[in-house]
Amino acid sequence: MNFKNRDIISIKDFSKEEIEFILDYAKRMIPYAKAEKHTTLLNQYILATLFFEPSTRTRLSFESAMHRLGGNVIGFSDPSGTSQKKGESLADTIRMADSYSDVIVIRHPQEGAARLAAEFSEVPIINAGDGAGQHPTQCLLDLFTILTEKKKIKGNNVVLLGDLKYGRTVHSLAYALSLFKADLTFVSPETLKMPKEVINECKEFGVEPVSTSNLEKAIKEADVLYATRIQKERFPDAEEYNRVMGSYKINNTLLEQAKNDLIVMHPLPRVVEIDPEVDKTKHALYFKQAFNGVPVRMALLSLVVGGKKL
Amino acid sequence: MKELKVTPIKDGTVIDHITPGRALKVLRVLKIPESTSSVVSILMNVNGKKGKKDIVKIENRELDPKELDKIALIAPKATINIIREYDVVKKHIVELPNEVIGLTKCSNPTCISNTHEPVESRFHVVSREPLRIKCYYCEREPEDITEGII
Repeated sequence: MNFKNRDIISIKDFSKEEIEFILDYAKRMIPYAKAEKHTTLLNQYILATLFFEPSTRTRLSFESAMHRLGGNVIGFSDPSGTSQKKGESLADTIRMADSYSDVIVIRHPQEGAARLAAEFSEVPIINAGDGAGQHPTQCLLDLFTILTEKKKIKGNNVVLLGDLKYGRTVHSLAYALSLFKADLTFVSPETLKMPKEVINECKEFGVEPVSTSNLEKAIKEADVLYATRIQKERFPDAEEYNRVMGSYKINNTLLEQAKNDLIVMHPLPRVVEIDPEVDKTKHALYFKQAFNGVPVRMALLSLVVGGKKL
Repeated sequence: MKELKVTPIKDGTVIDHITPGRALKVLRVLKIPESTSSVVSILMNVNGKKGKKDIVKIENRELDPKELDKIALIAPKATINIIREYDVVKKHIVELPNEVIGLTKCSNPTCISNTHEPVESRFHVVSREPLRIKCYYCEREPEDITEGII
């Protein structure tokens, strides 16, 4: 399988076999991501990180991944100091970055920005989030986390919880989990339900997702609980927000009803969805999940840049 | 009193079987009247064999049938008849291409194709019956395709 020069724009651009290949390779990157082993695989290569929107984990883990592979990083994390502010088109910014680097990672507030960037770039583009659109590397690291913890994805009951209507990560994750034949349960407030087109996509893979607003009931059968942030501005008033948040808070009392080997995941940052008391339990996987961003992104960088493998 | 009716045309193009109510949108897509000084007649809600339809007749001008495929987006069952000396010399059923470029705007206001970037709108045809298209950039499907016609 050859990924050299391939753009990573949407999880839907990849077949199940290709995703399995990437996840398998990411597993081999773990000791390098932990600095237990060292490599100069991407020595002399440059990664450009163009972050037109703030990010903590995604940017840092990409930069860490490139450094761990022996490569170099250039870029910006705040567009206010760039020509973008002077009215430069994204197309021109990409043409410039293309000539300075060997791979470009882009986060942009507008949907489709990464796909557009790929049209103007010779070097591979990796989408690190385009508005409410795609975030394929998050999706891959989520799959990787489930796979490494549960040994397989198929047949696990994955509960997706929170803002399922606007949440960027949950739409592509629901698609990818269906591709791998996981059982899906969608838990959300009535006003933030999973869009019909996402449910239809799941059904195309033969998965019949269950939609409910009852977390207490859903958690009893869950193997994976994937929580996302619910933004305050989605609600008409603070009272309604507090009421909803109260019923979706993950704490130790709720987890008493869960299976012994339930894992709790979250793309982070969390605000009030998960009580800090959960951090110490065996269920808490979200920090390990954040770490997994490094081996997964190392795998992607080395495959698309050098086409080389460790 | 003199009766006013639309008669057969001697030379030109007749676009038949347009989805009822869409004739004016067809003209908009073809940039008529800006692109022509020919006489153009429009018939709306005409009773046909398969129910109601709209018809557009453009005199003394033969439109390139392939160019007219653009209207497939709004009138998927339309037929193009090229008329010479009152006879149909060429008949073409519109066919939607697999990709629709520069014809309709993405309905997502935050799609990158709706900014000043040097690209045209671009859609993949997901299904023909019913007609569904998906934005190449943001992957959204517009609910009302005719709404965004440029």
